[in-house]
Amino acid sequence: MIYHLQLGDLLPYWRVLLDGLIFTVVLTVVSTIAGVAVGTAGASARTFGPVWVGRCVVVYVELIRNTPFIVQLFFIFFGLPALGLKLSETVAAFLAMTINLGAYSTEIIRAGIEAVPKGHVEAGMSLAMSKWEVLRHVVLKQAFRKIYPALSSQIIIVMLGSAVVSQISAEDLTYAANFIQSRTFRAFEVYLVAAVIYLLLAIAMRALLRGLGRVLFRSAA
Amino acid sequence: MARYVRILSALFAAAVLASVPRARADELASIMAAKVIKVAVPQDFAPFGSVGLDMKPQGYDIDMAELIAKALGVKAELIPVTTANRIAYLQTHKADIVISSLGKTPEREKVIDFSVPYAPFYSGVFGIKDIKVDKPADLAGKTVGATRGAIEEQALTDLAPPGTTIKRFEDNNATIAAFVSGQVDLVATGNTAAAVIAERNPQRAPALKFVIKDSPCYVGFNKDEPALKAKLDDIIAKAKAEGELEKLSQKWLKAPLPPGF
Repeated sequence: MIYHLQLGDLLPYWRVLLDGLIFTVVLTVVSTIAGVAVGTAGASARTFGPVWVGRCVVVYVELIRNTPFIVQLFFIFFGLPALGLKLSETVAAFLAMTINLGAYSTEIIRAGIEAVPKGHVEAGMSLAMSKWEVLRHVVLKQAFRKIYPALSSQIIIVMLGSAVVSQISAEDLTYAANFIQSRTFRAFEVYLVAAVIYLLLAIAMRALLRGLGRVLFRSAA
Repeated sequence: MARYVRILSALFAAAVLASVPRARADELASIMAAKVIKVAVPQDFAPFGSVGLDMKPQGYDIDMAELIAKALGVKAELIPVTTANRIAYLQTHKADIVISSLGKTPEREKVIDFSVPYAPFYSGVFGIKDIKVDKPADLAGKTVGATRGAIEEQALTDLAPPGTTIKRFEDNNATIAAFVSGQVDLVATGNTAAAVIAERNPQRAPALKFVIKDSPCYVGFNKDEPALKAKLDDIIAKAKAEGELEKLSQKWLKAPLPPGF
């Protein structure tokens, strides 16, 4: 069965796709930075902080890792207003993605931290480095080098998972594709184009993260 | 032995004769031959289609599907669809006909065909009573929720002045959830959906601000099926003449068919 692609029908809507792509990229970049920050804080607190803080981190991580992202998103957007907290769809999308990535990266970074030999921490303390200096220069630097590939993968996964925010009317790339489909009825063409754009975006992000890794972790371990 | 051979040959011949119409790719004939009509119906749009407390589908469109199937003498297979994917289901032959409070637009007429109307329906902008909106121009600077792909959403996109924010959700349930939770104070939807929201949430009932379009419901099916169209139009006309449509209107819309329908 031969199908003739009607890509021409999509051309008048190129601006919609571009706006959606920009939204997805900005959302991913901002929530990646915030999510990794949350993960670093969480992992450090769990390993070196007081016991009760560690327990809170465990509850947070297990809650987020064991529930679907879309349910978390709907809870933030449709559920929170009942408690008086009404967030716009963009803020809700950013918040959900940050919380989600934060939980997964907490576990990833914690694995890296625990892989740093305790002897290094003791060596740092014996050189009169403060706890924070040991954490930053001895532990985290080594931890990140070890888990960087796993963290990059998780970032790409969260970027691809961002497609779900279209469900709360956040105007990302998937929202743009759905919108164009509802006007042109060219489902095959528009979702093919959207999939290709996501693919190129993922490849570009992987290359970018790999380059960043090379710059950050230049010296041999 | 010979008797059995004769009976089997007669059955075989009947089966061959019954299957011949299918070779001509005539939708109506293949429905009659299969003895099943696949009807795409909504499950998120009371009172046209929703799920009852016993988890069974119920609504105006479901009753209409059963009516048509009975008139054809076949079984109805109900296929749940959303506003966004119902036309795609028809185009890919996942459904034979669409009965989903479907309105007629020139864009849709390019890709599918319609029967005569079977149910009355108007869409408009509804909202909480504290907001003052009487005509489209009043929407400037306000936020309106709508279901992507629905007739009122497309009409609203054309009618709304610049400065209006339109939030499009993927299905009616999300749009209703957005209104009920307070994420939007105005929604573009149908009169019947608004009535359902009002019934379930009297403290935040949507009041009509202005009518966007009076748009009755049609049965949708694929293009180039004259036999199917003729048969469906015939069934609907008979149902109207015999008072069946009036009964459905009273049962589900709690209102009589409008004059001149």
